[in-house]
Amino acid sequence: MALKKVKGNIERMFDKNLTDLVRGIRNNKENEAKYISECMEGIKQELRQDNLSVKSNAIAKLTYLQMLGYDVSWAGFNIIEVMSSSKFTLKRIGYLAASQSFHCDSELLMLTTNMIRKELNSQNQYESGLALTSLSCYISTDLARDLSNDILTLLSSTKPYIRKKAVLMMYKVFLKYPEALRPAFPRLKEKLEDPDPGVQSAAVNVVCELARKNPKNYLSLAPVFFKLMTTSTNNWMLIKIIKLFGALTPLEPRLGKKLIEPLTNLIHSTSAMSLLYECINTVIAVLISISSGMPNHAASIQLCVQKLRILIEDSDQNLKYLGLLAMSKILKTHPKSVQAHKDLILQCMEDKDESIRLRALDLLYGMVSKKNLMEIVKKLMVHMDKAEGTVYRDELLSKIILICSQNNYQFITNFEWYITVLVELAQMEFGSKQGHVIGAQLMDVCIRVQAIRSFAVTEMAQVLEIYTSTTQFTIMQEVLYAAAWLCGEFVSELKKPEQTLEAMLKYKFVPQHIESVFLQNILKIFAHIVRTYEIDNRYDDIIRVCESLTDKLNDSVKSGELEVQERASTSLIVIGIVQEEITARKSSSSNNIMETDSSMESKPINEQSYLISDELLSLFSGELNPVAPKAQKKVPIPDGLDLDAWINEPIEESDTDSEPEMTENLFVKSERRSIVYQEPTEEEMKKSREVRKYEQQNNPHYLKGVGNGAAEEAVENIPVTELNLNVPLKVLRQKRSDKYLNVNADKKSSKKKKSKKKKHKSESSSDGMFDKEPAIEVRRDMELPEGATLSDSDSDHAAKDDPHRALDIDLHLPIYDYTQKPDNEVKEPKAKKEKEKKHTRKKVEKENLTEQTEKLKRKNRENETENKEKSSKKKSEKLKGKKPKQPKESNLLELDEEIGGVKKEKKEKSKDKKEKVKVKSKKSSSDYEEAVGISTPSKEFQ
Amino acid sequence: MIKAILVFNNHGKPRLSKFYQYFAEDMQQQIIKETFQLVSKRDDNVCNFLEGGSLIGGSDYKLIYRHYATLYFVFCVDSSESELGILDLIQVFVETLDKCFENVCELDLIFHVDKVHYILNELVMGGMVLETNMTEILTRIEDQNKLEKQEAGIAAAPARAVSAVKNMNIPQQIKDIKLPDLPQAIKDLKF
Repeated sequence: MALKKVKGNIERMFDKNLTDLVRGIRNNKENEAKYISECMEGIKQELRQDNLSVKSNAIAKLTYLQMLGYDVSWAGFNIIEVMSSSKFTLKRIGYLAASQSFHCDSELLMLTTNMIRKELNSQNQYESGLALTSLSCYISTDLARDLSNDILTLLSSTKPYIRKKAVLMMYKVFLKYPEALRPAFPRLKEKLEDPDPGVQSAAVNVVCELARKNPKNYLSLAPVFFKLMTTSTNNWMLIKIIKLFGALTPLEPRLGKKLIEPLTNLIHSTSAMSLLYECINTVIAVLISISSGMPNHAASIQLCVQKLRILIEDSDQNLKYLGLLAMSKILKTHPKSVQAHKDLILQCMEDKDESIRLRALDLLYGMVSKKNLMEIVKKLMVHMDKAEGTVYRDELLSKIILICSQNNYQFITNFEWYITVLVELAQMEFGSKQGHVIGAQLMDVCIRVQAIRSFAVTEMAQVLEIYTSTTQFTIMQEVLYAAAWLCGEFVSELKKPEQTLEAMLKYKFVPQHIESVFLQNILKIFAHIVRTYEIDNRYDDIIRVCESLTDKLNDSVKSGELEVQERASTSLIVIGIVQEEITARKSSSSNNIMETDSSMESKPINEQSYLISDELLSLFSGELNPVAPKAQKKVPIPDGLDLDAWINEPIEESDTDSEPEMTENLFVKSERRSIVYQEPTEEEMKKSREVRKYEQQNNPHYLKGVGNGAAEEAVENIPVTELNLNVPLKVLRQKRSDKYLNVNADKKSSKKKKSKKKKHKSESSSDGMFDKEPAIEVRRDMELPEGATLSDSDSDHAAKDDPHRALDIDLHLPIYDYTQKPDNEVKEPKAKKEKEKKHTRKKVEKENLTEQTEKLKRKNRENETENKEKSSKKKSEKLKGKKPKQPKESNLLELDEEIGGVKKEKKEKSKDKKEKVKVKSKKSSSDYEEAVGISTPSKEFQ
Repeated sequence: MIKAILVFNNHGKPRLSKFYQYFAEDMQQQIIKETFQLVSKRDDNVCNFLEGGSLIGGSDYKLIYRHYATLYFVFCVDSSESELGILDLIQVFVETLDKCFENVCELDLIFHVDKVHYILNELVMGGMVLETNMTEILTRIEDQNKLEKQEAGIAAAPARAVSAVKNMNIPQQIKDIKLPDLPQAIKDLKF
């Protein structure tokens, strides 16, 4: 036996250890994968041996390989074996491997419970520390439940090293096993005042994490934290506490008032930038929460802004970044104080660091006003030209649109300028999604601002004409979508509809959804043209237009895309009908003309029972209005409509006769589709294209050779006629938007401009640029289904799997329970916990005066019924009278006492508060009920 | 909370990875890769905060990093951590490494990644900051190293001897011995 052991040891010496592995990998750079797979074999060999040190060696190597991305979960059992070694050295390797590769769902964890428990209770503090550290990485619900008591016991260990780790560990336990929070909370609270600063800091850390997600349950700890804040010198802990206060103040404005002074002192005194920054942040949070009623309110804001300016002006980029970040928080509530530093922020826009420029961009949002909007946008456009990388460009673009469109275009005085800017933007290069943004914005402006439609449509028509007649002109295709739609929808504003129609008919290859919009809007323009011609009896012209349209549409019908095909064929039919009808009328009218005198020229129209164009236009009548967000969601489902039920029983698909079926579907769906059009994704388009090609190939009924390619060719073969543009092409290349700026510079020289403006906004007739409130009406109303209101009530809340949801426990409820006998329903283990609570409760009581407890008990009995209601989760029910308010109020009194120590004022204050409470009790909100703190009833103080 | 701590070199090779939230191995590699791409393209004179890692975190999370010579130290943290505080923590971590390894360099991290883990475990536990006081951290590390040494005792002597021999890196030395270029030598032989 001994011999065997010695032999094992000697063999072991020549095993590869971790260093050898690392060296080996470095020496085999060319065929690393092969080398590692060899090593894996070796490791598996080693794991098969009995010797634990051999195994631990193998596990150490596995841990390294895990970092390189190799899956080592297969060795889980071996890891546990090594963890169970009695030697610290080996154990360490095992626990490290476990913390790197285990996760809370692995079934192996079941095996570790007892081992870890033994380790936690080890005499050696490093062994239990090791177990705690490792466990924190993979604790599961089962482990948390089984070990929570052991970890709780460690909270009162004599060694601060263990206490510290156990405190942090408790947080992990709470996350996995929320039931542990309530019984453990008093102990955790004690740790806030632990003699060891490390433990204290850990406890603060844990409470901060807990309170961050459910702040209202931790309001009662405010006095403790306040004390810590004013006494501690540990910056790390101070930062945490101050951050925590930042989360608490929105819930309790009175706390904020208490905080201002010590925080201001800290701001003045501290030399640590990190602490200074967090103080400023919390002061900002306080100021936001108590937006008024503070005497030195303005002074605090001023102080913050000043300090932030110092940070931003610092040469350290980190401080600059954080300064801007904090500024943006102030901006939300106190835009004026930030606007004073416009120079600084614009300067940051020039910074070489992209992160800083992005932060400065955020601030620009608040800097704009009617006066400087054009100027700022101009600057951003210059940046856009210089910027490298689409991320920053995209951000710039979205910010330009954001600042221009904020508050329904509140700051825009000249919409012509804005349209021009958008068109210019459309010609730049962006990420793929940005075209859509610009397009949507163009459409939005035109829908909301009636006065600009005529200008915008002219502009869009021009874009379309230039786009289709030249090849050098680049523009984002999504903008063509908007252009086509606008020209079609507001066709009455078009100056030369024939010309635009001609241009639109010549579109080059565009994505499917854009092509379909083209087709649809060609039809709208067509309807308009038919109307004008018909009134003048120009039947020949109508027929000519019909023919040219039919030519184009015949090509589109052959398109590979269903959507395009479908719209084209629908249009074709409509045009066919019109053409037929017109031809008929033409012949009849020519007969009429022959029969009657020339003086009767206008008569035929009157004689006709109806105009064909009326029919046509009725297809597109009706104004489009902006629709409120979520309006679709709020449309009530009519009674008796079951959306899940089949309309038709699903038919089993058969491959052989798919063709007729498909065409059937086409016609059935066509009506609905043309209304609700969903943009297909790239993939879908590709798929459908492929499917279709495949079908065309295999279908004997299909005429081959008249496919896609031919259609495209036909498009190219259309003779390109030169257009007589009234605006030269090169103008579009220039920054046309600049002219609006120049106009601003000297208004007098812009008579020409003004007259043009007058023409466009004949009704508004405002000639001032921004001095006067512009008379341009921006539609702010939005359509909603009847009875629905615009609210965020149905907005999606935080992710449901957030473990903190389960931790939303009112920690102070059980405190009242101690005078009650445990209910019959309460099970044994709960009773045990109850005892623990009693114990800790007593400690808390010692702090209070004993005579108070008597009264408290009596009061509690009185409140018993109410408390029961509370615990049965009827918190939101409003309780009448002042009683439920009192604990809360007294809690704050406690705060007052500890913080202020000004006894004279106290009474007055409490009176004040009483009054406040009276007022508040009328409109008492459920929040207050829940925030009930520990407490000495206020009667004691009076 | 700290969600992950990554150390990689200027070429993106991981030197230490510690995730406080579970990710499968391939995902971990992707995260390291993405983080490296984000961090490495930044100049040294820009700020040390980064938003927008898509794989890890989300909007609440930030990358806070420092670049030392050949190594990047990256912490992925949520909004409950103070940005400047974490920068200090990275500094403490690196200084501790420096004390433990005596002038730490990338090689130390390569060959002693386990030790680096043990050191890190004294600073951060389960994503929460455990200790920031360097003397305290160093004492704890010292104590544990002592424990290991005690256990090793005499029994480990032979193993140590072997590892000393191994560390001499004989294969490499053999490789490094310069022999005259044989084919050339043969060519030079003239009959």
